[in-house]
Amino acid sequence: MLDFPRWKTIGISIILLLGILFSIPSFLPEKTFEKLPSFAQTKVNLGLDLAGGSHLLLEADLADLQKTQLSNMEKTVRTAMRGERGADDDIAIGELSTAGGKISFLVRDQAQLDDARDRLFKETQGAGLTGQRDWNINIVDSTRIVMTPTSAGRTQAVAHAMDTARDIIDRRVNALGTREPTIIREGNDRVVVQVPGLQDPTALKELIGKTARLEFRMVDENADPNEALAGRVPVGSEIVPYAEGEGNGASFEVLRRQVMISGEQLINAQQSYEPQNNQPVVSIRFDSAGSSTFAKVTSQSVGKRFAMVLDGKVLSAPSINEPILGGSAQISGSFSVASANALAISLRSGALPVKMTVVEERTVTPELGADSIRKGAIAGIIATVTVLTLMFVVYGRFGIYANIALAFNVALIIAIMAAFNATLTLPGIAGFVLTIGAAVDANVLINERIREELKRGRKVFQAVELGYSEASRAIFDANVTNVIAASLMFWFGSGPIKGFAVVLTIGIITSVFTAVTVTRMFVAHWLRTKRPTTINI
Amino acid sequence: MRLLKLVPDDTNIDFLKWRKVASAMSIILVVISIALVAVRGLNLGVDFVGGQSVRVEFTQEMPPIDDIREKVGDIGLGEATIQQFGSDKAISIRTALPDGDKAAAEQAGQQLVAGIKKAFPTAKTGSVETVSGKVSEELLRTGAISLALAMLGISIYIWVRFEWQFGVGALGRLFHEVALTFGFFAVTQLQFDLNSVAALLTIVGYSLNDTIVVYDRIRENLKKYRKMEIIPLLNLSINETLSRTVMTSVAMLLALGTLLIFGPDVIFGFTAAILLGVFVGTYSSILMSTPILVWLKVGPGSFVPRTSAGNEGAERVAGKSDDGAVV
Repeated sequence: MLDFPRWKTIGISIILLLGILFSIPSFLPEKTFEKLPSFAQTKVNLGLDLAGGSHLLLEADLADLQKTQLSNMEKTVRTAMRGERGADDDIAIGELSTAGGKISFLVRDQAQLDDARDRLFKETQGAGLTGQRDWNINIVDSTRIVMTPTSAGRTQAVAHAMDTARDIIDRRVNALGTREPTIIREGNDRVVVQVPGLQDPTALKELIGKTARLEFRMVDENADPNEALAGRVPVGSEIVPYAEGEGNGASFEVLRRQVMISGEQLINAQQSYEPQNNQPVVSIRFDSAGSSTFAKVTSQSVGKRFAMVLDGKVLSAPSINEPILGGSAQISGSFSVASANALAISLRSGALPVKMTVVEERTVTPELGADSIRKGAIAGIIATVTVLTLMFVVYGRFGIYANIALAFNVALIIAIMAAFNATLTLPGIAGFVLTIGAAVDANVLINERIREELKRGRKVFQAVELGYSEASRAIFDANVTNVIAASLMFWFGSGPIKGFAVVLTIGIITSVFTAVTVTRMFVAHWLRTKRPTTINI
Repeated sequence: MRLLKLVPDDTNIDFLKWRKVASAMSIILVVISIALVAVRGLNLGVDFVGGQSVRVEFTQEMPPIDDIREKVGDIGLGEATIQQFGSDKAISIRTALPDGDKAAAEQAGQQLVAGIKKAFPTAKTGSVETVSGKVSEELLRTGAISLALAMLGISIYIWVRFEWQFGVGALGRLFHEVALTFGFFAVTQLQFDLNSVAALLTIVGYSLNDTIVVYDRIRENLKKYRKMEIIPLLNLSINETLSRTVMTSVAMLLALGTLLIFGPDVIFGFTAAILLGVFVGTYSSILMSTPILVWLKVGPGSFVPRTSAGNEGAERVAGKSDDGAVV
């Protein structure tokens, strides 16, 4: 007990000193904090429930993703069968269907069957580590080719789509100009978006919710609108409604299903003004492949109409007056500057590869958060003072030691949270108060044991020694059970509860250190210098 | 200075005398709790049933609840559940989400907030939560799993560190406490949400502190007094640790009581549940987890070495080296 080596004292003192130093920045006002050198700029983050802000959980529509995957492959099949431009190597196919999540088509000339399969092999790739391909290609009845997506292919497609979606959402949210948003993937098909300080998530949701799938498709000039409405739509075409307020009285267009250019081929989009009438428009520019397709189509189809389709709604269907060779175009419509800007942002940040819906939303206003912090702080201070008083009244000198240790404990918890950039949430404040109540438990155990050993007639040194050693076993076991509970909370919990688990775990570790090791240092020092023969405990 | 003693020296209370009464009471309370949960049900928050919940704070006099209910009903999102928070001017208004249509469900939150603002222009909406049915089912499932895992994990740890009887004792006691906490939520109809699960996990973790301290002392005494009958030995162990049990409970109650009174009303239910857990925990470490040991026939033989002689010494040394590990 008495031999508390010097190196240990120095080590403990350094830890405590660092704890105090690194807990200070968290209490400084914003302005003072910014003046600190960068290494000292570590502070406890406030969770959304304290700082205010919006939390959104988005879920991908995987069925929609599969449909997109299928239709992309359908396009690939058509292109592959058409063969090289100019070369006379088309493979005639027919009866192409995408029913049942498979692609199935007839190869008219049986002699070309193997050639067709080889071309498709080049278009499908390996997926995953097992060497599995992303599509299985089978020949059925010696006439048809049936392609089915493999599970590895599906998994890869989902993972890829989710990564892309995360990046796109990230860019869109950042375009809103909010501070420090967090956007992370969660699980298989979800993305979490957290924007501190945001009070009304409507704009955010609209921005994220927009799939902004831009397509350029030809208008089917041969279709009779009335026939189409009656359900007789020409093969390869479909009815697409106009977006609200567009179309000059027409409510829909009959468009070819085949997509001429898709949004991925867009490289820039920005809000500008139409020179003639100063109306806000969105100017777009295609990449080289997109530009050449656009040039080709517009050259071939002068006098015909094409449609710009955004998220399954026709924005406008202008006639092609002349070939557009430069790869730039304008989308006009009844835009305001703001709505043209919003469209430009969502176009620019690319199309979401998959439809996302909000499945969980939590918003807290900064006022409510500030109120929680204030009340939490008041409760924390009163609780601390009460517990400190109790410890002093019951254990005297040993209570003071425990109280000093408790103060160090508070500083250490804050310092560690700041160092790891951990987030303090509202339940975290409760965890903090709870830790204060529980932290003294170790000292209660030790002190009660010392009392007991003294009653049994042991000498002071021996009683203190036994108090620490015998109590430590129970302290250790009790804290392990707390860590078990806290780690399950961390695994299970979402934001605020994770924050609670973090505070609890840090508090458990620091409280064992301060309540056992630090008080032991004080007691050892006191015993060594004063050598009391009786103690009041 | 004369120091305060919460518990007089050398108590010799025959706690085990009441074990049958206490067990009967505990069983009755557990049964009542389960029945209450079954009959009255829990007031599940949006976290677990899905839907949307808006916290509304009135800056002036709060209109009558029925008036609010009626006006919220007019918004067209169905019947609203209205719950008061700790303070008398804040309420939470909860409605279900429109079925099926995802887009409509996404709009519903805004619709509710806008509707409330229109009906009560002076009210402030503090927080808005919307949880879809699918997410709420998942939350409920993971919540149940983590609670079960925590109880099992802790019991297994106790079993490994002590003997199987102690593990069973811990599990029985945890079940008792969790059941009573559920009963508490059923009686008070406080909202049961994610925070409540966190509260339960906290109770599971913390309330066992007491049990471990008592069990640790029982283990020590079993080795020390080989000849002593089990019931006096258990009584002795409880009495020896009584002042610590009371002192820690008082400290926890003071800290949590302060939080309950002065703390944010948003976590009122959370704090209340933990407070109750600590209270019940003190009772059950004395009158629940120890009597179980009698029925499971823990005796002087429990910690006697079965494999090799000298195990006791090993235990002792191990006890000390734990201390070293902690330091």
